[in-house]
Amino acid sequence: MIINWDSFTPLASLGGGILIGIAALFLMMTTGRVMGVSGILSGLFSAGEPKLWRLAFLGGTLLGPLLIYTITGTPIASEMVSDGWLFYGAAFLVGIGTALGSGCTSGHGICGLARFSGRSLVAVITFMTMAVITVYVIRHSGLGG
Amino acid sequence: MALISGVVFGVGLTIAGMLDPSKISGFLDIFGVWDPSLAFVMAGGVVVNAVGHRFVMRRSVPLFAPRFLLPSFASIDRPLLLGSALFGIGWGVSGLCPGPVLGNLLLLPEKMGLFAAIVCGGLWVGRALKQRLEKSRVD
Repeated sequence: MIINWDSFTPLASLGGGILIGIAALFLMMTTGRVMGVSGILSGLFSAGEPKLWRLAFLGGTLLGPLLIYTITGTPIASEMVSDGWLFYGAAFLVGIGTALGSGCTSGHGICGLARFSGRSLVAVITFMTMAVITVYVIRHSGLGG
Repeated sequence: MALISGVVFGVGLTIAGMLDPSKISGFLDIFGVWDPSLAFVMAGGVVVNAVGHRFVMRRSVPLFAPRFLLPSFASIDRPLLLGSALFGIGWGVSGLCPGPVLGNLLLLPEKMGLFAAIVCGGLWVGRALKQRLEKSRVD
């Protein structure tokens, strides 16, 4: 195993992760809801679900990075790794997959694992494994060009 | 309150490096030149949440809602496995999961607008599909 020391950011990533954990706790403490982005988003399409807290949370998620950009004045790194039909096909898989699987990296990964949910553990192992295989195929198998 | 949580989440994603698909891809590339940073994001988020959750749950109700709405520990079923597998492929290809899609939306609207719209379309289809699968199991 070769570590990429140049891009390794343990402190910033740990700090960011702690903030993500605090955000999840704060949402649970105040609204009693799980901080799962795919679930919060998909609830917008369901007639019987309350919408206001969802829109407020999602609005905050949109604004947070903009806030950092405004304060620091430095562009936030965001380099795409695919384009064209692969990129947009991936968007559809992310949407349909997280809806069917009842959660994404935040809901299963941060919140589910913290509650020791067996379902979430299985979900995280499944999507991590598939994502690692996918990146391997794209980067190292010669199939990804 | 949800707005504050969302802002903290968005700030956390930004500081953690989660908004950068090339960094996500570098984390998933464990057989290449590996960037383990995102393991630290997960560790920080899960540990803080797991410890704090015990304290939050000492209350019988949340501060501003009638009750806690927690997913039941239902069985591991086919939609969970199939959905998570599809999500993993999409995440691997794009380096984007739903949170960072939103976090990037205002910073890179021209690149992320259509992507976010397709994610929402996928969520809508997946939600309908899941309801149909659950209904057919009950019938």
